[in-house]
Amino acid sequence: MERSQHPAIYRLAFLTSCATILLLMAGALVTSNFAADSVPDWPLAYHRIIPPLIGGIRYEFAHRVIAGLVAILTLVLAIVVASAKWKCATKVAHRLGWTSLLLVIAQALLGAFRVLEGYPAISATAHAVLAQIYFITIVTLTMLISPWWQRNEPRLTESESPRVVTAGAITTLVIVIQLVLGAGFRHGAWGILPHLIGFVFVTGFVIWVARLAKKRFGADPDVRRGVVLLHATFGMQVLLGIAAYWAVENALTDVQPTFTYVILTVAHVLGGALVLAASLLLTLKAVRRTPGRDQVLVPAAVPAIPRVGSGGTHIQGSGV
Amino acid sequence: MSKIPRFQPLVFSVIFLFASCNAKPTAETANPAPTAEPAPGPIPTLDPSTLSTLLGSVTLDGPAPPPRPIDMSTEPACAQAHSGPVNFPDVLAGPGGALDDVVIYVRSGLGNYHFSAPASPVLLDQKGCLYQPQVVALMTGQRLEIRNSDATVHNIHSLARRNPPWNKSQSEGAAIFESFPRPELAIPLVCNVHPWMRGYAFVFDNPYFAVTTASGNFSIPKLPPGTYTVEAWHQRFGTLDQSITIAPHSTVSLSFVFHLHSSASPSP
Repeated sequence: MERSQHPAIYRLAFLTSCATILLLMAGALVTSNFAADSVPDWPLAYHRIIPPLIGGIRYEFAHRVIAGLVAILTLVLAIVVASAKWKCATKVAHRLGWTSLLLVIAQALLGAFRVLEGYPAISATAHAVLAQIYFITIVTLTMLISPWWQRNEPRLTESESPRVVTAGAITTLVIVIQLVLGAGFRHGAWGILPHLIGFVFVTGFVIWVARLAKKRFGADPDVRRGVVLLHATFGMQVLLGIAAYWAVENALTDVQPTFTYVILTVAHVLGGALVLAASLLLTLKAVRRTPGRDQVLVPAAVPAIPRVGSGGTHIQGSGV
Repeated sequence: MSKIPRFQPLVFSVIFLFASCNAKPTAETANPAPTAEPAPGPIPTLDPSTLSTLLGSVTLDGPAPPPRPIDMSTEPACAQAHSGPVNFPDVLAGPGGALDDVVIYVRSGLGNYHFSAPASPVLLDQKGCLYQPQVVALMTGQRLEIRNSDATVHNIHSLARRNPPWNKSQSEGAAIFESFPRPELAIPLVCNVHPWMRGYAFVFDNPYFAVTTASGNFSIPKLPPGTYTVEAWHQRFGTLDQSITIAPHSTVSLSFVFHLHSSASPSP
């Protein structure tokens, strides 16, 4: 099998994904430290390039610096991806590269709107949601140009319905909705009840897709690892959710955010992103491993005497 | 691409629908701003010979809640302004339970008088990374002078709901002037650089309000005769209402007592 033709680009994409996780954490720190409005101007900070790094300004300014770094990485990534070709998924990779760039620009503008115009319930919620959408776009791009994706070909059969791909996509969408509900609660758009109801749905879908994947493709180590990752991140997130809720309730009488409150709420935000990524990765693995609807998988070893009704169409590497 | 325009109204409708379903109670829903009762005919004028004075005191019945310390250790410029531990100044109880920073105002009964805002500003200072005073009260259109007497920067952020909110950076020694065009109760004023900094502004369309001092006393002069509902607001203990009738050219005394286990509505 051919390796990815551009390992350096893959490493850049992976670096951008990791930087995005750092950026999500920086953003969560801003919110948990009530520092979102500590720098009232944009793009300057206190009319300077580097403001006094005190109090809440430290978190807000760090968030802006990391955001700038992610934006630069995304720009470079979009350009180098657009100029490269892979064994498969080249067109999709190109589109994802430019989409990521558009999303990071939109996110920067949304951040500016949040600072300059306020309306935190709407703008901060939208800013948080767009961050997650950008994150899964970058993760998808990273996956598509990864050596794993480029060297693997479909080898799993699946005739039942719904397909694991479908179940994974639906579960990922449900997790995105849950993140929207969580962001809305965190930024004062609505109460916690929608997020708690969403938790019930996410639990059901995570269990469903994990069981489906294990039942259909349990023998495949990649899919199995994907299921384990989803289970682990989801379980951790449930515990973090309980802890974060406890922290929020206990913080009602605090005069300033405590270390415990900050750590638990930031960890819960980060955990949500990781659950989303785990569900997405499981879905993408199922996409790569199973042929498309119009294709038939032929086993590698063909019997000498064909049986009646066997055989099929030899497929090319499908990918996306 | 043709699907995007169709999705946009739906997406924004959903976002605005959720945004409007704010489950958290607001200061305004708990304490709507006092509004002048609409009255037919011309605007009445005050007769100076009939004006009265409302005096009173506000006390706390019972031991004051334990103080809540502020951790300024990460902000040396703030910590150095204090010689010892700093507590959040929301309950300032003096001898006999006298309560400071209680806002007393006429909630209803004033009618359709028209009042002009004083020319002199109300001062809100930032010293030792705390608001001084913690609570200010002013009239609509009256200027609020916000000083930064600290050797550090602040941002002054008004979380008004009936008035346009604003947020401004403030360097050391700077002064900012703001005003509020509409009456509003308990407008939180915060500094996001120093998250423990929280104060309140009350905006009235009449001059019949006062903020108690360390003695717990208040005085509201030149009140026209009539029957009023007078309210006392404390940021920790909530509100207390009393109905009083003021005769022409008289002095009326009123006292408010916050009981720690009273049925006062919680503060916003």
